[in-house]
Amino acid sequence: MNEFLRPIGVLLWKDILIELRSRDLVVSLLVFGLVVVVVFNFALNATPELVTEVTPGILWVAFAFAGVLAMNRAFVREKEEGGLDGLLLSPISRDSIFFGKAAASFIFMLLVEAVLLPIFAGLLNFSPASFTLILTIVLATLGFSVVGTLFSAISVQTRSREILLPVLFFPVILPVLVGAVESTKQALGGDTVVGLGHWLPLLGAFDALFLVICHWIFSIVVEE
Amino acid sequence: MVAPSSNLGASAPAPTSGEAIVVRGLEKSFGEWPVLWNLDLTVGWGELVALFGANGVGKTTLLRILSTQAKPDAGSIQVAGFGLSKNAQTIRRRVGVVAHQTFLYEDLSCRENLVHYGRLYGLEDPRNRAEEALLQLGLSNRADSRVRTLSNGMQKRLSIARAILHRPQILILDEPEAGLDRESIAVLRSLLEEWTDAGLSVIMTTHDLDLGLSWARRAAVLSGGRIRFPAADEYMDGAQVRELVASALEPSR
Repeated sequence: MNEFLRPIGVLLWKDILIELRSRDLVVSLLVFGLVVVVVFNFALNATPELVTEVTPGILWVAFAFAGVLAMNRAFVREKEEGGLDGLLLSPISRDSIFFGKAAASFIFMLLVEAVLLPIFAGLLNFSPASFTLILTIVLATLGFSVVGTLFSAISVQTRSREILLPVLFFPVILPVLVGAVESTKQALGGDTVVGLGHWLPLLGAFDALFLVICHWIFSIVVEE
Repeated sequence: MVAPSSNLGASAPAPTSGEAIVVRGLEKSFGEWPVLWNLDLTVGWGELVALFGANGVGKTTLLRILSTQAKPDAGSIQVAGFGLSKNAQTIRRRVGVVAHQTFLYEDLSCRENLVHYGRLYGLEDPRNRAEEALLQLGLSNRADSRVRTLSNGMQKRLSIARAILHRPQILILDEPEAGLDRESIAVLRSLLEEWTDAGLSVIMTTHDLDLGLSWARRAAVLSGGRIRFPAADEYMDGAQVRELVASALEPSR
């Protein structure tokens, strides 16, 4: 493994190991997501027409807010005992730190979404076994992880980080969120990848754009 | 706590030429508040320099700059023969840092923490090196204990093990004795002696005048943003130096 990928793997494994020990992040995300799903299920009478119209919004409200919770923790853990300084002192590039943290957030969010999606589908009567839907979730989650990692690194250095993160995060992630909702709506309506038109390519384009911009800004943010 | 095994920590190749640290005209401010200005400092290979100073004079800031954690506003800095401004990543391989924070993950065990850092530094056999460092700091019997279950003193010892893990050429220690019991301080002293005997260098801050003067080959006082060497070019050998350091630390001076 080269000097760029090796530290990413090291950081990813460290975050997985810590999560396996503490289980605080994934469990709290699951509980939060389940609460959102159950509350909306009771609030709405899920007719087939309503499912196509409302479900994408509910789904992404649950995923987006669970994502913010995940991002809040991403650098808090590093900051608490000076782990971030430890990382910055080690001879690895800032890019590796960024991609390592983003990869960990991506995996944790996908894990939570993989559990929530079938529950969501069962309660709101739609089929989760859609390649288009899964591709939409993967692309949108990638965008969330990349943008969230940057803003988590910024907000963790402030005292009001729990408030600052969503305030910074949601306006920037809005294109991804809109793309994800629209793409999900079309996927639940039975459209294939080909029939989705511009939404999936747009999600992919935003991911690529955010990957380039966010990792560049991250290097500046973490330096004093 | 076991006595340190020889050549376990201080086994990095000792450079033969130049100085370990050379600082010229360093300036650093926080907003409008100048902390360091026109600061000069030289630390030779094989030297242990104890840095004294009152609270808030910039000791930690100076160490953070030397360890690449903070950027200077002005000045030229060379660490291990490399210019700080263009070789930060190279310098990070050559320095080991013990700070007020431990840089450890509480939910990981002592061994896992060291293996993690060993991998970050690209060590060939991080597991074996972690065992050596744990043995050296007397933590072998707690290798599988999570950091959160250790006392503050043990966490500090683990933090020292982390700092020497990659066999750095220069140790940068910010009050390393804080939180350590007498036995642990003796082990730390022994480790630092071994370090400097091998031709490697140490710069440390401390508020303990007796400890600092007995460990150091040279004392420095940071006052008014600059370094003052009461016994420049002399090795510590007597009460006169102690008197000079103590007087330099008095607020009226």
